[in-house]
Amino acid sequence: MSEMAQQGFDMEVQPSYLDKGYKSTLLRAPSRALVLPKKSLSESTGPLFKDFEIGALDHDLTKNAIKVAEPLGERIVVHGIVTNEKGQPLPYTLIEIWQANSAGRYVHKVDQHDAPLDPNFLGTGRCMTDANGKYRFYTIKPGAYPWGNHYNAWRPAHIHLSLFGGAISSRLITQMYFPNDPLCKYDPIFNAVPAKGRDLLVSTFDLDHTEPSFALGYRFDIVLRGENATPFENL
Amino acid sequence: MSAKKLQTPSQTIGPYFAYGLTPGQYGYNFPGIVDGMMVDKNDEGNVVQIIGTVYDAEGKSVDDAMLELWQNDGERRLFGRYGTGTDEGNKFSFTTVKPKSVDGQAPFINVIIFMRGQLLHSYTRIYFEDEETLNATDETLNSIPEDRRKTIIAKKEDGRYVFDIYMQGNHETVFFQL
Ligand SMILES: [Fe+2]
Repeated sequence: MSEMAQQGFDMEVQPSYLDKGYKSTLLRAPSRALVLPKKSLSESTGPLFKDFEIGALDHDLTKNAIKVAEPLGERIVVHGIVTNEKGQPLPYTLIEIWQANSAGRYVHKVDQHDAPLDPNFLGTGRCMTDANGKYRFYTIKPGAYPWGNHYNAWRPAHIHLSLFGGAISSRLITQMYFPNDPLCKYDPIFNAVPAKGRDLLVSTFDLDHTEPSFALGYRFDIVLRGENATPFENL
Repeated sequence: MSAKKLQTPSQTIGPYFAYGLTPGQYGYNFPGIVDGMMVDKNDEGNVVQIIGTVYDAEGKSVDDAMLELWQNDGERRLFGRYGTGTDEGNKFSFTTVKPKSVDGQAPFINVIIFMRGQLLHSYTRIYFEDEETLNATDETLNSIPEDRRKTIIAKKEDGRYVFDIYMQGNHETVFFQL
């Protein structure tokens, strides 16, 4: 078994629990060595969502909260493929989505940023990969927003994504960024990822999936890690 | 030889997950996939309630963590999710069925913890105080120094299990590498 497979999280591309640039980690990162448990059935499996009924508009954040009119902002379509580390597509994987609106404001009650809420945009949705591991959802391009980590701190535009794989070790919560965003360079959360992994968080503009007179296309492929106990061959 | 693809890096859940991941619990108008009620109260299994608090390094209760419970004992596969921002004292609360022992191991429930300030989620397990016999011979529990073992054994109080999570400090919870 390779070291990498044993480790589970590939620390060449994954952030550490403790990151001095991202101040909230100081009081919340585990400080002691992690324990390697004896594996059980519960670890080598995960929740099944194949039969979960996704609402008809769940995959379309531009429509799933309309009250009187279309939400404001740049309409986009995000698509990609979800695979494991061997490149095998992961069908019927649930993807949960949440994000700020085009002004950089979250619906969440805790968000006090002085930017307008959009009455026609909730900013949450979900979709499922198809039999070939592919997914697609429609939304409004989120705006950048300020936060309190340090003076004049701004989060680059991003979409939060939550995924399940086949085992609890493949669980992933991540953030998708947009190409050529000048704010990424200054963002401690983005930069907590080692340099080798940062490009993996940035979507690419996709003219082929841009829908004429309707929505700009972005591609974001996602790789879920495998189970610790499953060694990868020929690494 | 298959080329290995690089894992998509993890990023924090951030402070604003509630309307996306736990909308029902927080009162948002969007149907959630799951909540803290992992079984019906009238389930014929051994229904138990597990409550607890997540503490940061300064001993403050965390009000923006999200926990997921997952259990599979070969008979029941159960999944639950709860945020710490709605209950008094920032508590979480799950209602589930106590899992059975698998292969002679002590019964346990897997826990995944997400929060602002965690770039990677943490894994732990809930074991049960009233499983003395199986706990005493459990390989994983015995691999943990005795003074830390109790951090992952839920205590029975007033008919419920209490499982507090300490991210750091003298009582730091045992977290697992999965
Ligand atoms: Fe965010």
